Amino acid sequence: MSKIDVPVMADIQAKGERAEYLFWVGCAGAFDKRYQKVTRSFAKILNEVGISYAVLGTEETCTGDPAKRAGNEMLFQMQAMQVIETLNAYQVKKVICTCPHCFNIIKNEYPELGGDYEVIHYSSFLQDLIDSGRINIKKEAFKNKNITFHDPCYLGRGNGIYDAPRKVIGAMDVNYKEMKRAKSFSLCCGAGGAQMFKEAEKGDSEVFEERTKDVLATGADIVATACPFCMTMLSDGLKFAGQEKKVVNMDLAELIAENMDL
Amino acid sequence: MNQFLFAIVLMISIGLLLWTFRRIQANFKRTKAVPFDSKIKERLNLTFKVAFGQTKILRKPIIGLLHALVFWGFIVITIGSLEMVVDGLTGLHRSFGVLGIVYDVISASGDVFAFVVLMGIMVFLFRRLALSIKRFKGIEVKTKNKLDANIALTFILLLMVSLIGMNSFDILLHEEGLAGIYPLSSIVASGLSDNNGVIAALFHFFWWLHILLIFAFANYLPYSKHFHVFMSVPNVFFSNLKPLTFLPSMPEVQKEVQLMMSGDAFNAPADEAPSRFGVKDVEDVSWKNYMDALTCTQCGRCTEVCPANITGKKLSPRKIFVDLRSRMDEKGKLKAEDSKALLGDYISKEELWACTTCNACAQECPLNISHPNLIMDMRRFLVLEEGSAPEELNTMFANIENNGAPWKYSPEDRLKWTEG
Repeated sequence: MSKIDVPVMADIQAKGERAEYLFWVGCAGAFDKRYQKVTRSFAKILNEVGISYAVLGTEETCTGDPAKRAGNEMLFQMQAMQVIETLNAYQVKKVICTCPHCFNIIKNEYPELGGDYEVIHYSSFLQDLIDSGRINIKKEAFKNKNITFHDPCYLGRGNGIYDAPRKVIGAMDVNYKEMKRAKSFSLCCGAGGAQMFKEAEKGDSEVFEERTKDVLATGADIVATACPFCMTMLSDGLKFAGQEKKVVNMDLAELIAENMDL
Repeated sequence: MNQFLFAIVLMISIGLLLWTFRRIQANFKRTKAVPFDSKIKERLNLTFKVAFGQTKILRKPIIGLLHALVFWGFIVITIGSLEMVVDGLTGLHRSFGVLGIVYDVISASGDVFAFVVLMGIMVFLFRRLALSIKRFKGIEVKTKNKLDANIALTFILLLMVSLIGMNSFDILLHEEGLAGIYPLSSIVASGLSDNNGVIAALFHFFWWLHILLIFAFANYLPYSKHFHVFMSVPNVFFSNLKPLTFLPSMPEVQKEVQLMMSGDAFNAPADEAPSRFGVKDVEDVSWKNYMDALTCTQCGRCTEVCPANITGKKLSPRKIFVDLRSRMDEKGKLKAEDSKALLGDYISKEELWACTTCNACAQECPLNISHPNLIMDMRRFLVLEEGSAPEELNTMFANIENNGAPWKYSPEDRLKWTEG
């Protein structure tokens, strides 16, 4: 794979330029081997469409979400203050997040600490690009594939975004399959609330196994996700069920990037 | 004589109720004052939708509709109960009859609702007694909780039977000229005997039975999970208007962080006695948390959708609020401080750490109770006061502190993803 050109805030600032959007990559977006591909896909889309954006690069740091959800408010606020300082220094107005956890905390919880931005989840952003014709969806790609979508809790129940990801998928000529537990009734993947970083408590089964059953019940070829943690959990779930060859877990951005031949 | 007797009974009932309310008020005083935003218009909208419109209970359409009918029935029937109080005090008969056509509508719908509620309650009792419904079970649902549910349902059943009895005999007693319209009780009345002496006696019997049941039920409710009859509407009014996953930041921590970041921590003025971080016991919860606990009627819709509970973990969101109420009751009766606490003696760490904060519980709660935020408030105590997070989470904290990411990667590598 070749290197992709991604504008970095500090560089464009040095050139005296401004970016309209900050693309908040997130820790999983930067470091998780699987999710790095999603970040790449989304950046390629931004480049292709010609969005004025930049990333923070090495100046980015954790939003503090996992610390806050795990009860470490002190660490959360120190992280948040640092992020807000950086964002305000660059006079950031609009932030695009791929990770719904970053999205939720910057959108809903940073204002209390002095960080006020227009925060956009990339699923809504992609939907806008498709609706406004800036992305031309090729109907043939993924034609007749059975695709289901798993609602991330922090996107769906948390922030009421159910339609955008479905519209993005629906823009292609696919057989969309809804899981029996969907939208506000959706079942968690098991990773939220800092569960991603610890072993689950003792029980009869893992939450991701339970959710994977829902995925498999749809007979989907592809389960689309829109959250790095959901991706880890469902990919694990598919492997656990021995179905990883039959059912692929792809992110929304990957679907669209592939549709655009990027 | 009857009026005098009624006034005494009414005063005793109200007196008892006020005495109970004072005890509950004392419990509220124990809780933390959290500022309340006065977005009255938004709150009223929410109340009309969720409380009066029953939108969230209707997420289970069939049983939800049955509940909604019982709820709407209660509202109409309560008007009739008020009339009975006026009648009882004044010696009048059907005093609201002066409302004319309005009274016809109220009495007719009240009469129909009495039968609808009766039917609904019989279904609810059948479900509880004869069927095995998973969400009615759980470690927090003890024999006394089940008994409580059945007592409350029986109360309502008897309330409706006495109401229908009262209306039916009233119709017989006043063959012509009875204020109001009673479409269904008339049918019952047509099947009853017309021995005048017996009719009058039975009318009075059912009248008194009905009003005494109301007084008894009202005084039973504050000690029952069915207190939601009183608390549900206000609880929805005061509930969270923000997105479900909004977790308020801690202002007391903000102060410290600001001092630390300004490098002035040591010169800071000594604050008033440092408050406890997070929630350990009932003094640390907000008044709204306690209101949630009083509102919970233990329907189990939260626990039924909890991913941790579904997969056999110990966490049951319902238990959090059942425990909070029990602990508050216990603490309210104490003469001196005990060594117990909500966290530890009622709720275990294992339960708290099992939460994924997915908010399925809060989404499902028909009365907008917020479970995850209270769970996270207790995690805050565990982490900020005790430093007792699971080891892996301490590692995650350390990674964020040292590398600015929950995993052990160098911040220098944050652009590696661009290289492919």
